[in-house]
Amino acid sequence: MSLVHEIDYGTPASKSAETVKLTIDGNEVLVPAGTSIMRAAMDAGIQVPKLCATDSVDAFGSCRLCLVEIAGRPGTPASCTTPVAAGMVVSTQTERLKQVRKGVMELYISDHPLDCLTCAANGDCELQDMAGAVGLRDVRYGYAGENHLELEKDESNPYFTFDASKCIVCSRCVRACEEVQGTFALTIQGRGFDSKVSAGAFGDNFLSSECVSCGACVQACPTATLSEKSLIDIGQPEHSVVTTCAYCGVGCSFKAEMRGEELVRMVPYKEGKANHGHSCVKGRFAWGYANHKERILNPMIRESIDQPWREVSWAVAIDRVASEFKRLQQKHGRLAIGGITSSRCTNEETYLVQKLVRGGFGNNNVDTCARVCHSPTGYGLKATFGTSAGTQDFDSVDQADVILIIGANPTDAHPVFASRMKKRLRAGAKLIVIDPRRTDIVRMPHIEAQYHLPLRPGTNAAILNALAHTIVTEGLVNEAFVRDFCDLDAFEHWATFVSEPQNSPETVGPMAGVSPEAIRGAARLYATGGNGAIYYGLGVTEHSQGTTAVMALANLAMATGNLGRQGVGVNPLRGQNNVQGACDMGSFPHELTGYRHISDDATRTMFEKLWGVPLDNEPGLRIPNMFDAAIDGSFRGIYVQGEDILQSDPNTVHVKKALAAMECVVVQDLFLNETANYAHVFLPGSTFLEKDGTFTNAERRINRVRKVMTPKNGMADWEITLAIAKAMGFEMPYNHPSEIMDEIAALTPTFAGVSYDLLDKEGSVQWPCNEKAPTGTPIMHIGGFARGKGNFMITEYVATDEKVGPRFPLLLTTGRILSQYNVGAQTRRTENVVWHDEDVLEIHPHDAEERGVRDGDWVKLDSRAGGTALHAHITDRVAPGVVYTTFHHPETQANVVTTEFSDWATNCPEYKVTAVQVSPSNGPSEWQKDYAEQAEQSRRIATKVAAE
Amino acid sequence: MSASADKLVMMANQIGRFFTPQRDADPAVAIADHLEKFWDPRMRAAIVAHVAAGGTGLDAPVREAVGRLKKPSA
Repeated sequence: MSLVHEIDYGTPASKSAETVKLTIDGNEVLVPAGTSIMRAAMDAGIQVPKLCATDSVDAFGSCRLCLVEIAGRPGTPASCTTPVAAGMVVSTQTERLKQVRKGVMELYISDHPLDCLTCAANGDCELQDMAGAVGLRDVRYGYAGENHLELEKDESNPYFTFDASKCIVCSRCVRACEEVQGTFALTIQGRGFDSKVSAGAFGDNFLSSECVSCGACVQACPTATLSEKSLIDIGQPEHSVVTTCAYCGVGCSFKAEMRGEELVRMVPYKEGKANHGHSCVKGRFAWGYANHKERILNPMIRESIDQPWREVSWAVAIDRVASEFKRLQQKHGRLAIGGITSSRCTNEETYLVQKLVRGGFGNNNVDTCARVCHSPTGYGLKATFGTSAGTQDFDSVDQADVILIIGANPTDAHPVFASRMKKRLRAGAKLIVIDPRRTDIVRMPHIEAQYHLPLRPGTNAAILNALAHTIVTEGLVNEAFVRDFCDLDAFEHWATFVSEPQNSPETVGPMAGVSPEAIRGAARLYATGGNGAIYYGLGVTEHSQGTTAVMALANLAMATGNLGRQGVGVNPLRGQNNVQGACDMGSFPHELTGYRHISDDATRTMFEKLWGVPLDNEPGLRIPNMFDAAIDGSFRGIYVQGEDILQSDPNTVHVKKALAAMECVVVQDLFLNETANYAHVFLPGSTFLEKDGTFTNAERRINRVRKVMTPKNGMADWEITLAIAKAMGFEMPYNHPSEIMDEIAALTPTFAGVSYDLLDKEGSVQWPCNEKAPTGTPIMHIGGFARGKGNFMITEYVATDEKVGPRFPLLLTTGRILSQYNVGAQTRRTENVVWHDEDVLEIHPHDAEERGVRDGDWVKLDSRAGGTALHAHITDRVAPGVVYTTFHHPETQANVVTTEFSDWATNCPEYKVTAVQVSPSNGPSEWQKDYAEQAEQSRRIATKVAAE
Repeated sequence: MSASADKLVMMANQIGRFFTPQRDADPAVAIADHLEKFWDPRMRAAIVAHVAAGGTGLDAPVREAVGRLKKPSA
């Protein structure tokens, strides 16, 4: 094993289709027009010395090290800023250049600490390399002159240090912050000798500045100025493995850089097709949870939930699971148990859980956490386009002219993709944001939305119909597209429907709290502004009309012809790393892999033959139905892999009641999560660093997850499921996850071509990947829809049953923050808590004033479902009448407040609309205190006895 | 019954309100198809029992759809 080295070409690649031939050091080179001489040289294997250039940012031309000589041209131009020209003859190494470079390096080194042996970058320092490359042997000026060697370190960021004494002011960090991340948190302060890199405004440090800790600056730094604290602590890695981040649905590729079995750092992989070498604070730095002291490494059991846990062997724990599940089925029937797959686990693991339930339990009571996030996406896009997935790859955003974001907050929830989006917006694309909250992307450095429609929560379908009304009644339909690719009867029916007066902006606007002119303006821009691309998130799906709104988005894209090419499409931004994959893998109770209904005899027979068992042809229970059935007594046991349903699902009191009613709750997780408080068996899970497999991201990209260390708990998650299956009498003999993928491919037409060999060869592929598309399908529905003709659906607005009134006059909507992830089980156990250590309630100044609430006060938040207390944050990000909070902390339990109202088609909960009241409070509620006490009691672990 | 009748009625009516304005000739067929494809047999049995007991609260097309539900095969 060795380190995965990536070539730094010095400047970004040119996208020109035209080529230019030139000669560099006697070698003929053919490169795209617009390529820099530096890059062309590197293409030919000639490394021109450089310091301020790196291929993630545009050329800057400041270090004067990369100078070259060009025949027939005077002087020594910088090779990074000089583009190639036909017939050019370049010399990269001449006597003159050698002298100039040595002089430049001499100046740099005269003001640089000579502590190479004890420097964190020793062995991986470009300054050191360049001193070697130019043959620097002496510094004639000495080291006694004025210098920067005594400058203080900024160690405020929990993950990296800024050691100004080592800075050569090359601006790579500043440019990475601007060009790659798009945050503009860094600048060069001062002039001449006083120039220095500065985070934020005067008096700021990295932590207090706008820096979002994406790590782009650290990665760009050619010296030890910006260094990971883990690298400083451990030392240089000796090997690395390319794997996939286990946080959000962007699915960034990383190099896990290792020393033995110790992870030194996660470095974004330039060849990663989802992230192209960029990262966010979570993937780059927040992996410390894998070694957190609260991680459970031994299986545990207990007879009842009021007892402390007892550590047992794997054999005892697995036997307990199987014997209890068998007992429950014997006593209460075949349908009395089920399982939940995890969108945090691999495709192979989710496939195994659903196989265990269908084949081993003999029913279809399997569901996944996608139930509570993107299940409406699957239903809505299948009904309209024929495929339960987004239409584009992430790269498509580079071609978008109008970006419409609805119900998504990409800068917080999908930050790496948001950086791509921001880059495109800075380059001139127009922006429409439809969101009750003024999210960061509405207005940020060099970006301002043309339209922000701050709609009232729950009115998505109405607003989307009003956009459609404008497009149809103002003659903005792309008739050729509709005629060629869509069902014309369905279109006519839909066009008549949206043209009705109740869907006009003038009717919808006042009801939804948005000006009709803004609705019309946004519709015109989307329909006529060039390539229109829709990006949406849970602010669309988590409503009682979630599926309707997804269909309404699909209708808009079809009516305007914004499908089937680069720069357009309907793009769900998936929440967790493998939401798409969990859905693809047959995790829903009604579907086998590839979204084929369980009642389809031909499909089911194929699975029955391969699995060697008969399968039930009836749909099973969805998660909310499981809770209801548990309370009713017909559902008694559950296997929950990698999901904290007690914290993440709505109406916590109801979920608690359901879990308490079950006789055998089996939780497989890294930590004793909230659900584990009600568990009888705890099976310690493995992290993404400890197993092989694949994740499928939001763009249908199947990425490899590679094991970099032995599972600390003794078994990878897939092996645990195999053990349960064997104990249940349903053996699934796989030796490696690649064999599981081979089975998935054999059973699933859209995965037919997928194998680990192909993934290793291609890096990643996007499904469908089969005979028709051997290396995958970046863009869907080119030249026609998967279902045949595009299907316009009627999306009549139906107001939610969750109404405001005198008791609950405000609407609560929920969301995420950049530094935390989902229920926070991982990120709360990292240094990310320095940015967000509690959930707070955002409330508009008017609503706060009316209630006598000041910024930072404790407030009670009550709904019809329940109440909690948290600190208030007064802000006009939210409109009057709307409040907002996150759900990352179990101490708050935001879902105590949310209700069981759900999407009509999928039962996806309506998290985004809850009628609430806010009132001053003195501190946590009695419920929170009781909950904390019960949780503490429930997490007791008895001292292990000698014999079992 | 696997869920309270009120909840099932509400869920079924939500489904009905989506399918009723669709262009399909008979919304009851579409509603029944959805219930068969997505509702667990015990939920379907419960809504059938609710209709047998008078079907209070169910919208007309939904009531008709429930009447068309096939008996679960298992």
